[in-house]
Amino acid sequence: MSLLEDYRKVVPKGTIAFLQCLAEQVQGKKILHINSTKLGGGVAEILRSLLPLLQDIGLDARWEVISGTEGFFNVTKCFHNALQGQEQYFSQEMLQEYIESNRKNSQSFSLDADFVIVHDPQPAALVENRPAAGKWIWRCHIDISRPQWKVWHFLRQFVVQYDAAIFSLPRFAQRLPIPQFLIYPSIDPLSDKNRELSGDEQESILKRLGITPGKPLLLQVSRFDRFKDPLGVIRAYRLVKKHHDLQLVLAGGGAADDPEGEAVLSEVRETAQGDPDIHILLLPPDANLEINALQRAAAIVLQKSLREGFGLTVAEAMWKGKPVIGGFSGGITVQLAYGVTGFTVNSVEGAAFRIHYLLDNPEIMAKMGEDAKEYVRQNFLITRHLGDYLALMNFWRH
Amino acid sequence: MLGRSARDEQQLVEAIEEVPLASIYYHTHSFFLRHKYIAGPYPNDFATWAAIQVRDRVLGEKLGVLDPYDFENLESLRVEIVTIIEEHLSQLQIIPRAIFGEPFHFMQSRIIKVPTGLEAHTLTEFREILASIDASVIYYHTFEAMHRLGRKKGDFPIWVEEQLGLSALAQKISHLDPYMSSLEAIRHRIIKLCDEVLEKEAWE
Repeated sequence: MSLLEDYRKVVPKGTIAFLQCLAEQVQGKKILHINSTKLGGGVAEILRSLLPLLQDIGLDARWEVISGTEGFFNVTKCFHNALQGQEQYFSQEMLQEYIESNRKNSQSFSLDADFVIVHDPQPAALVENRPAAGKWIWRCHIDISRPQWKVWHFLRQFVVQYDAAIFSLPRFAQRLPIPQFLIYPSIDPLSDKNRELSGDEQESILKRLGITPGKPLLLQVSRFDRFKDPLGVIRAYRLVKKHHDLQLVLAGGGAADDPEGEAVLSEVRETAQGDPDIHILLLPPDANLEINALQRAAAIVLQKSLREGFGLTVAEAMWKGKPVIGGFSGGITVQLAYGVTGFTVNSVEGAAFRIHYLLDNPEIMAKMGEDAKEYVRQNFLITRHLGDYLALMNFWRH
Repeated sequence: MLGRSARDEQQLVEAIEEVPLASIYYHTHSFFLRHKYIAGPYPNDFATWAAIQVRDRVLGEKLGVLDPYDFENLESLRVEIVTIIEEHLSQLQIIPRAIFGEPFHFMQSRIIKVPTGLEAHTLTEFREILASIDASVIYYHTFEAMHRLGRKKGDFPIWVEEQLGLSALAQKISHLDPYMSSLEAIRHRIIKLCDEVLEKEAWE
């Protein structure tokens, strides 16, 4: 049985047949994805699920990862921050290192393919060495709606050499002389992070994490980062605690090598001190089953981000039938249809009000969870993502 | 994506006058393809943006009532939208703006036609296939057929009448208003109508 068949039981009706029809037109075509890491981060997570599906449906799909010195990745980290709006300093040498590293990478693996999808700024300059044949597409996953313009203009010289660009939200689009496509990211419903868990499995994971069922559980899964507003989440929880006896779990990782993250984590710990119902969990990057179990155990999931790229943790929780309360930012607004699949809020008070409201109305909470799951089924599963790529390939056939 | 956006209603109307017709189509017609499960308050993006992001409910209502199938072509639809917005603005002292909401981002789309390889020869086969196909197939045979292919009733009633000779059923299907519905609702209603005919046939 093909891998795609496994998805039949969870995707909307007709999806698998439709994907097979779309794939028929591009059978055997070579598609190459290039990014900067095999492990960690949303892009690698999506590609890990997408590549086997592309191969399964009849494409000759490959995934290559660029390499580079510490200096190169420092430059690209600065790019990342600058493109998301933080002021960064760049010297001529840094920009030269970026170009040179991309040039070396272009010689380290074959760039021969019918479609080459280059993810994010790190490998964007590979396009300078593109072969004559094949379509090249730059896939940008980050929020570049308010970039540091000097950096964007540097990067733009490479972007315009592509045949098209893909962004995750309409407001990330730029003035470019090439076609720009909108493709939302997605979650894999069969991955460890999202697959069904048995009662025993869930119970043993929660026990290991020190979480006891009983009191309704509020959950936020995110890095300890000011933009994710963990302190705001604690304040909202405290406002609701006056009316409902509940527990809060703040689960995240990535603080160890991030000085800013460590500072935020200390503040969170200090603020939570003395409350046995607040659990702060530091999870490793591969804690997929743990996140799955926590999301399934939650009564309400929060993603109270002040700024967000797309925020796929929202779709993950919705897929588990949970009502989500999210900050009015980035892709959260696309995932949460206000009052139907969840609530977007603009303040601590707004979050507290909606938590209180949902806990007081369990039937609304249940219906919202159902609608949320259905909404994700239609819009944010990896099969829709696969269909988007197949449609893109078909776009150039017509 | 066109890389063009509007932050207020004046910018919106100026952009509507200038964008390609494919963008007008995207924001007024392809709504159902993009919102298969949950629809917004109005069945076109201009109305929804005015009502939700600008919080100008009056303009939202005026644009929301537009039925794109009342117009001969996209150009006349564009003219009507521009007229409605300009008339609305002429009665206001200030130009309503998306202060807290998102700007309007102009998009355009291209429909890619893909044969499904599925064929129905009887009403039973038609009903079974309709129940199992991807919702985009329903979009193609209703909205797309009505607009771009110029088949005013959509493909389904024409086929039911011409190939099966079921005029009454064809008429009932053609009376369904897809614009006030959703793709899943259209699927369910047509299946229900087919079931009524099939049940009646079984009794006879």
